[in-house]
Amino acid sequence: MEFLFASATGLLTAAGVWLILQRRSFPVIVGLSFLSYAVNFFLFASGRLAIGALPIVGASEAPTDPLPQALVLTAIVISFGMTAVVVLMALGAFFSGGHDRIDLDRPGRGEDRP
Amino acid sequence: MMGNWIIAPVLLPVVAGAFLVMTAGETAQRRLSVVAVIAGLVLALALAASATVSGPQVYLLGDWPAPFGIVLVLDRLSALMLVLTAGLSVFVMAYVLGSGWDRKGRHFHALFQFQLMGLNGAFLTGDIFNLFVFFEVLLIASYGLMVHGGGKERLQAGVQYVGFNLIGSTLFLFALGLIYATTGTLNMADLAVKVPLMPANDTALLRVAGVMLLIVFAVKGALVPVQLWLPGTYANAPGPVAALFAVMTKVGAYAVIRVFTPIFPPGSPATGSLYADLLLPAALVTLTIGAFGVLGAASLFRMAAFAGIASMGLVFTAVASFTGEGLVAALYYLVHSTVAGALMFLVADLVLRRRGTGELRARPAIPQAGFLASLFFLSAIASAGLPPLSGFIGKLLVLQATSGSVWTWAVILGGSFVMIVGFARAGSVLFWAAERDKAPPAPAPDRAALAATLVLAAVSMALTVFAGPLTGWLEPAAALLIDPAPTIALHDLPGPMGED
Amino acid sequence: MTLALIAALPFLGALAAALASRISRRAAAIAAGSATALALALLLSNLPQVLAGTVVTASVPWVPALGLNAALFLDGLGFFFALLILGIGLLIVIYAANYLSKSDPAGPFFTYLMLFQGAMTGIVLSDNILMLLVFWELTSLSSFLLIGFWKHLPEARQGARMALAVTGAGGLSMFAGLLILGQIAGSYDLSVILTEGEAIRSSDLYLPALLLILLGAFTKSAQFPFHFWLPRAMAAPTPVSAYLHSATMVKAGLFLLARLWPVLSGTPEWFAIVTTTGLVTMLVGAKIAFYQDDLKALLAYSTVSQLGLICMLLGLGTEPAAVVAMFHILNHASFKAALFLSTGIVDHEAHTRSLKRLGGLRHLMPITFTIAGVASLSMAGIPPFNGFLSKEMMLEEAVHTHWLGSDWLLPALVVVAALFSVAYSFRFLSGTFLGPERIDYPHHPHDPGPGLWFAPAVLAALVVAIGLMPMTLAGWLVDLAAEAVTAAPVELYAKHWHGLQSAAMWLSLLAIGGGLVILGLSGPLIEFWDRLPKPNAKRMFDAGIGGLVRVGNSLGEGLHNGSFARMAGIGVVAMAGASALAWATGAAGPLTREMTPVNPVVVLCWAMLCAATVAVAALHRQRLFALMILGIVGLTVSVGFAYMSAPDLALTQVTVEVVTIILLLLALNYLPRTTPAELPSAQRVAAFAIAGLAGLGVAWLTWTMLMTGSAFPPISEFHLAESKPGGGGTNAVNVIIVDFRGYDTFGEITVLGIAALVINAIVAAVLRPGPANDRLKTWIHGRDAGDRHPLMLAVATRLILPLAITVGVYLYLRGHNLPGGGFVAGLVVSIALVLQYIASGFAWAEARMRLSYLALIGAGVLVATATGAAAFLFGRPFLTSTHGYVKLPFLEKFELASAAAFDLGVFLCVLGAVMLALSSLSRIAIRAGETVNLRPFDVDPGRKES
Repeated sequence: MEFLFASATGLLTAAGVWLILQRRSFPVIVGLSFLSYAVNFFLFASGRLAIGALPIVGASEAPTDPLPQALVLTAIVISFGMTAVVVLMALGAFFSGGHDRIDLDRPGRGEDRP
Repeated sequence: MMGNWIIAPVLLPVVAGAFLVMTAGETAQRRLSVVAVIAGLVLALALAASATVSGPQVYLLGDWPAPFGIVLVLDRLSALMLVLTAGLSVFVMAYVLGSGWDRKGRHFHALFQFQLMGLNGAFLTGDIFNLFVFFEVLLIASYGLMVHGGGKERLQAGVQYVGFNLIGSTLFLFALGLIYATTGTLNMADLAVKVPLMPANDTALLRVAGVMLLIVFAVKGALVPVQLWLPGTYANAPGPVAALFAVMTKVGAYAVIRVFTPIFPPGSPATGSLYADLLLPAALVTLTIGAFGVLGAASLFRMAAFAGIASMGLVFTAVASFTGEGLVAALYYLVHSTVAGALMFLVADLVLRRRGTGELRARPAIPQAGFLASLFFLSAIASAGLPPLSGFIGKLLVLQATSGSVWTWAVILGGSFVMIVGFARAGSVLFWAAERDKAPPAPAPDRAALAATLVLAAVSMALTVFAGPLTGWLEPAAALLIDPAPTIALHDLPGPMGED
Repeated sequence: MTLALIAALPFLGALAAALASRISRRAAAIAAGSATALALALLLSNLPQVLAGTVVTASVPWVPALGLNAALFLDGLGFFFALLILGIGLLIVIYAANYLSKSDPAGPFFTYLMLFQGAMTGIVLSDNILMLLVFWELTSLSSFLLIGFWKHLPEARQGARMALAVTGAGGLSMFAGLLILGQIAGSYDLSVILTEGEAIRSSDLYLPALLLILLGAFTKSAQFPFHFWLPRAMAAPTPVSAYLHSATMVKAGLFLLARLWPVLSGTPEWFAIVTTTGLVTMLVGAKIAFYQDDLKALLAYSTVSQLGLICMLLGLGTEPAAVVAMFHILNHASFKAALFLSTGIVDHEAHTRSLKRLGGLRHLMPITFTIAGVASLSMAGIPPFNGFLSKEMMLEEAVHTHWLGSDWLLPALVVVAALFSVAYSFRFLSGTFLGPERIDYPHHPHDPGPGLWFAPAVLAALVVAIGLMPMTLAGWLVDLAAEAVTAAPVELYAKHWHGLQSAAMWLSLLAIGGGLVILGLSGPLIEFWDRLPKPNAKRMFDAGIGGLVRVGNSLGEGLHNGSFARMAGIGVVAMAGASALAWATGAAGPLTREMTPVNPVVVLCWAMLCAATVAVAALHRQRLFALMILGIVGLTVSVGFAYMSAPDLALTQVTVEVVTIILLLLALNYLPRTTPAELPSAQRVAAFAIAGLAGLGVAWLTWTMLMTGSAFPPISEFHLAESKPGGGGTNAVNVIIVDFRGYDTFGEITVLGIAALVINAIVAAVLRPGPANDRLKTWIHGRDAGDRHPLMLAVATRLILPLAITVGVYLYLRGHNLPGGGFVAGLVVSIALVLQYIASGFAWAEARMRLSYLALIGAGVLVATATGAAAFLFGRPFLTSTHGYVKLPFLEKFELASAAAFDLGVFLCVLGAVMLALSSLSRIAIRAGETVNLRPFDVDPGRKES
């Protein structure tokens, strides 16, 4: 089980990194959600794996570590908000720029600022 | 003892922000916003006074004993950062109202308050996961402020800024996972107790966790090699927002000081000098790249951004010593460079308003050129570390704290030289080489903005004059980081092995 | 006290001048002048003490941590220099008041001038070398402003930048040098350092300190090879040149040499470096000066040469030589200032400074001629003027100097230099004033009013007077300075006639004779010189700076080129590298835990997850497809959580997944449907490698982490134990969320709220008039087939809505004890509402949404805050749950109220945030031309047209 879990986490990370190295905002966003899957897995694993050990008092005699689960919950919610923002920002950049390339067009210029 | 007041720097802006979200009228919003930042400053000063008089204080959220709940820690360091942030927010707000930046988009004031909430929360927390949460609060607010007003360049840069910081946040979570997996705790004081007790045969994961944390903080602090995001972001952010961001990079430096000095000191058996060894070279390269960036920058805002990078290089150079003297130097320079960085961005914005472009090539003479030239001259002096502004004292402190290391001195002094040349070039292009014949465009009146900028320059001067008292005040702050025992004692933690 | 005032007065004068300039130009001059005069008077009032040998001091600690004290002291040397600075400063102010043209802004001029004067005074009065450093840098800055004063002239701008660069660089090296010096001496106070000479000279750090300090002094005093900035600085208005290059700026370096003379001099290194540099500078300067046609350039190079002379004298390290050095500083200041000022008059009157266009002015400008004549003869070293005295004494010292293993080499070279200085002095005089009167002056010259000639006249008078009565007039002053320098009782012994056996006399005769010969040959010599290829210092300097700028450009703009892949790639690699290092240098713990068994279903899920992941990575360019598969990945992840005893995670993951996918779908509705294959193969390989690296690293870390135990019992043991008794709930995860770590959740919902605000703001920005808005207006919805609001879905969602809301409420209520909670509830309800959007189009749903989402968010945050703050009423910290403090009957009820209220805040905030985000998107849809449907599920009118 641990092996499967570790390999899956690694694979998710790899896919995420591969996608954020693309040149368009959309794959980058998809890549970021892969990274968040991976890191949620990882953070969850900091409590080690346990089957049939619900962290609910009385539900199991040896409940698993609830804290990592709480942390992952927070992480999921936050990354959800972040994803929403970056999606809309990318959309806005696309509408204003007419393309969804993620690299800056004119990094060195301080011009046409409102 | 401040009791419940310790949480106030977080609650004040969040309540103000919530009301701002629900307030419609512009004038009403502006009033509320001003009241909030001023109240915030008063609050910060009160907390600083309390930290000075009654020493460090621990606040148990939810009344749960440490390390099981989340704690806030008020000491000189956190108080310093609170005052710095609150003070800066007052100037930036004055500038914003004076220049009408807040009218260029929605929710500016609410986002501004939430930004402050995030910063204050990050400075006060004594829990490393909670530090992550408030990093996210301050980040997401900063995303909003950064793209305030929209526009192609700005939104593109915004996507990069968000994207890169999301990678950083992911890394932060990896680090936290490792820390919890190895130590079983998230409370910083508890970590300071447990890390030294790590079994010698089981340090690898913890060391990796530390490195990850270091890089996460380095991303915030624009430390090479994860500084690449900064120029694009700061150069495209609205001027006053960039000025406020002068304190954002400091969050990175603060986090390194707050987390690494007590938990991973060079003397620690588990981690040794690993982090100092990584930090110093990175800091020196950062300083070099920043200084040269100033010289080669294509626009005023890019130049200000690179100056910011250089200043972070100097701060981290001092931090890397992890000595009391070094930390005092680092903290003084941190305060100075926040003021100087903000000053430069405000001046840049003032120039842009009149000049229409930040590009560094000769353009028609601008109105109030003389006054702006003097402002620019002052900000350049501050950033380049020349007297009579605070950069000089800061540089002296860092040089003295690092004396004996030829390389460090060479880089610091060489960097200053390169920056002096760069600022001189820029200034002479901007203000001296102006084509005199053409008629200047008339800017919208912005007296308040000019005043805010001028007073900020005066603050840098004051930092020089009162450098003695300030450094004196900082010494206990640094001492408490080098030897955190008093703070730890306040947590009254259960025995390190859990028996209680 | 008076000391502080003397140092402060020029700065106050600067301020006064700036303010007074609002009244009139004259007022600015008066303000500057009176400040200078007052400072001068105060200085003289200290003369008795100084003469009595008492050192006047004033010191306040400034930065104890640095050993930096605001300390001033006035000894002979300080007095000597302060007298020059303020005395000549006063004359300069008077002169400048009449010299500046109406077009020159008087306010800034006098402000800068006074700032500079203050900085100089500060240097010579500082008792603390760090203080000295402060003023030193201030002279660089203020001289930058003065030299660049005529900012419209390119050469002024370049000259200013060059001066700043050279002297600034020197200042920085001196920075290091003085710090080392102070650390050797154990104090930065000069009064201490001057007593530590032995320790300093014997220290290992002596040589580095010496070199660094000398670099500062030499750049400031324009010593070879740093002399090139000085002539360029002549672009400044003449009064400025006169001030900077006779008495002040360039003398600062010499002052430092003199100031530290007791500490640093007397060693072979000192002798070798300082003497040689001085000698070379003296020769080079004198030679170049002779060939200049521009009067100011000639004077500039002559200044370089004269400074070299003084520098050489200080280098000799003998007490008599030091005395002569002081004497010549005085003399040079007087005649050189006079020369600059009279040049200014010539320029002012004849509108040219070129020897080619001048000559024969003696009748037209008798007064100026007299002044310039006296001064230039003194510079040439002709008796009876003061220049003669010091020059002959210098020759006397030179004769006794053994240099490079020879007794005659140094004297010989000195004579050569002296001979050239005679030549250029005469060339200056004859070329300007002698010879036939010309008719082609650019402007017909005549003597100006006393306003202009007063100042130089005073100086010329000094030249004569000191020449005639050296001992009475200058003796005491020079002795004062020299005794302070040498820290020994020394005496100036100046007379005109030393008798025939005096070598110096013959040498100076030789110099004068040779000088006249050279002058005679000047015609052919200059022709020859002009044809010689000469190194152009400016071009070299510009090349150097240009190189720096190019480096800067590539390190700055080039490296930070706004490529996201670059920053992300470098970041990941750095991360991997640093982690690998940290891992390798540490000790990996034993893999103590045993593996958890697996069943086929788990393997199947794993395979599915991996396959889906690989599929997305491989086929991501088909965006819609990628999105669908992404959904599958998300669902599998949540299944995994459910299986691994994390029902709350599973639930949250699913709901979040749904909303995220919907959001991405809606966005994809506008974005291009495919990603072009634009990555060059090399970059593809690199990206693949980096991704693999990261993946392996994470996999390895996960594996090790899973297989090693924690070194300490986790804090969560407390959470499990206290969940029911302390938190009043059986679902430990939820109790942690809303109670143990409720503060995290507090921050988390704020994040959601802010996210919605940001989205709202972005959309508003996009919809403002501008390119984005135009693009949207002309949007074509041609890309999607079929009904955009399918009937079945529309009907279904109507039925789902109430159901979903019930589910939401249920989840919300049970959260504290079983999986669920405010967050999930909020998401479920918003999903139900979102479905309305999808089914019937944004516009229709938007038109029917009565709630203000902004208010929802605000309310949510406030409810959560209020719940937390309620604890204050009971004197408990923020977020203390009721369970903690009231033991009422109906405990259960009351306790529910507290935690539930907080969770209600969460619910409201989440609902508001999601809905605000969606409705913002819908505004884009509307702008993009979606018509508002009248009925919930009609056929899209947009499609009828197509």
